[in-house]
Amino acid sequence: MTAATVTRGPSRGTSGPTGRGTAPRPRRSRRRMLATSFTYAVLVVLAILYVYPFLIQVATSFKTDAEAAQNAISLVPQTWSTAAYERLFLRSDFPLWFRNSVIVTVVVTIGRVFINSLAGYALARLRFRGRGLVFAGLVAVMAVPNVVLLIPKFLVIKQAGIYNSFAGLIIPLLADAAGIFIMKNFFESIPPSVEEAARMDGAGTFRVFWSVVLPMARPALVTIVILSFQGSWNELSHFIVASQDPQLVTLTKGVAQLASGQLSQGTQYPLKLAAAAIMTIPVAVLFFVFQKRIMNQSAGAVKE
Amino acid sequence: MTSLAVPLRRRRRGPGSSRGREAASGWLFLTPMLVILGLFLVVPVLMALWVSLSDWTGRGSPLSSDVGFVGLDNYRRLLLGGGLATQDFGTAMRNNAYYVLLVVPLQTALALFLATMVNRAALRGKGFFRTAFYFPSVTSSVAITVLWLFLFSASGTINAILAKLSITGPNWFNDPQGVIHLLLGTVGVDAAPAALAQHGFLGISLWEWAAGPSVAMTAFILLAIFTTSGTFMLLFLAALQAVSHEVEEAALMDGANARQRFFRVTLPMLKPTVFTVVTLGLIGTWQVFDQIYTGTQGGPAKTTLTPAYLSYTAAFQNNEWGRGAAIAFVLFAIIVLLTVLQRVVLRERGVPRRKRFHRTPPAPPAAVAGTATATGGPGAGTTTATSTTGSDR
Repeated sequence: MTAATVTRGPSRGTSGPTGRGTAPRPRRSRRRMLATSFTYAVLVVLAILYVYPFLIQVATSFKTDAEAAQNAISLVPQTWSTAAYERLFLRSDFPLWFRNSVIVTVVVTIGRVFINSLAGYALARLRFRGRGLVFAGLVAVMAVPNVVLLIPKFLVIKQAGIYNSFAGLIIPLLADAAGIFIMKNFFESIPPSVEEAARMDGAGTFRVFWSVVLPMARPALVTIVILSFQGSWNELSHFIVASQDPQLVTLTKGVAQLASGQLSQGTQYPLKLAAAAIMTIPVAVLFFVFQKRIMNQSAGAVKE
Repeated sequence: MTSLAVPLRRRRRGPGSSRGREAASGWLFLTPMLVILGLFLVVPVLMALWVSLSDWTGRGSPLSSDVGFVGLDNYRRLLLGGGLATQDFGTAMRNNAYYVLLVVPLQTALALFLATMVNRAALRGKGFFRTAFYFPSVTSSVAITVLWLFLFSASGTINAILAKLSITGPNWFNDPQGVIHLLLGTVGVDAAPAALAQHGFLGISLWEWAAGPSVAMTAFILLAIFTTSGTFMLLFLAALQAVSHEVEEAALMDGANARQRFFRVTLPMLKPTVFTVVTLGLIGTWQVFDQIYTGTQGGPAKTTLTPAYLSYTAAFQNNEWGRGAAIAFVLFAIIVLLTVLQRVVLRERGVPRRKRFHRTPPAPPAAVAGTATATGGPGAGTTTATSTTGSDR
């Protein structure tokens, strides 16, 4: 392969005869400068494409309905209007939706941290018969697509008598095979000597887990918190099938119904975009706080 | 092994032995997970399988005695009936197939492109660009769909920009015309050729199959590419950082230009990641639900109907639970089938190339195909191994 590249090198494309090592230095660096500025130009254009929609979203939420329809491009409203936000917070169920989302997200996140770390530890460290089988089952369960579970989940929630209750919204979301995986992988990566020392001192399994292992697992726990928070805050389909009660509507469900006109709102883009912007804030804050970790964690997850 | 394990187990079960306690606490630690996963993943799937074979109408319990077993009737009506049920399913399959066909390659290519651009060693503001590209991925599908509905509305941002370029934009989310039909229309093919009109599949004619994604669906396709490219960019970035610089430098020394270095050195090394991204893409794109629920509810003219959304409406709105559950299982089968198929295709092309570089033979395909998910693969093998040694000791 190397030989092929060398023979092909000079005859190919833009590099031409000057592209080889024999080229005079200034030409080469000028070419490199050109390439660098081209890279920046492309990146800046792309970044604008990715960021501009969100700026438009915030800007439009402060416009009047008429202006939103007439001038959909500008990032600065001609007349600043907070009517959309006033309406959302003072004359709609939006605060209720927000409260419900907070309750569900917080409980699901705490529950997942607890369940995932316990199960992850057992699968990584405790030796008992049937562990391999449980793990194989876990892998199989992970393969079932979420959408396939919509009807099934509803059936079970109804049978269990937790339809139209917070329990129905929360408990099924505690199932998180991916999170158990992350915890298991993490526990396998830390040396067992620390626990063994604690065990020698006569500490029971739960005590070792709780006061020795768990504190060491903080990086993995943060990952679980991020993923659980983001996952349950952004969840929609489960909330649709788990309740019909207007008192239990969460942000995603409420805003989706607002957007699709099920609440007969017409095209009030500032209102809808304001709602969408506010529901983005908590995950955006989480993202910016843990940015470094999110970027690195997904790197780690792939290598596993 | 059994002869050894039995006496060992007996000894372990002794009241004071640490092994017995370890096993007990092992199961105790797993209990919350087993209860939750069992109740809300395993039991539901079995129950839905029963519903898909029954004539349950949503009243009372699906397990009560007045619910009849109808065998494969729901599936037959869905796939072979030719009635409205089949037509709707065929339409949903067509819509989603075009969606998958366009989204998966485009998001993979864009994610790879973004990753290579951001990965430049000398790049300033790396963090900013990474954040900008990844941000759409953290927002909820509902919020981003609301934004999209505005951007692509008749007087929305996209059309306003197009108007500046003196182009009259379409009424995106209200335009049911198929893109391929529109293209054919420009060369004068407006009506279906007889061959395509007469034959059909899943209740709709081949001409309808060839319509392409509707203009409305195109907007959803752009939405999907916009939101997922950031996530997959991170996967590629991680893989790119793992590609050792020595290899790239060696190629540079050999006189390979940038394009050759990318296509002949970097890309082959990224193959496992491409594989993961395509698999995840395939699994994800067959499950379009949130965007349709929030945005168009399947309209205009059912051109954004997807199997996932159809399954939901069949069950929850039309009370045809058997049909809804059957659609869900057919969708499940499609996802599994395509994932396996894609594994086989990508693997076979990968094997000969690998042989050139490594003397060790590649892993037997059976062992690899057995693992259920891309991320779960390697972990599954190691744990089974350790657990076996654990019980033998």
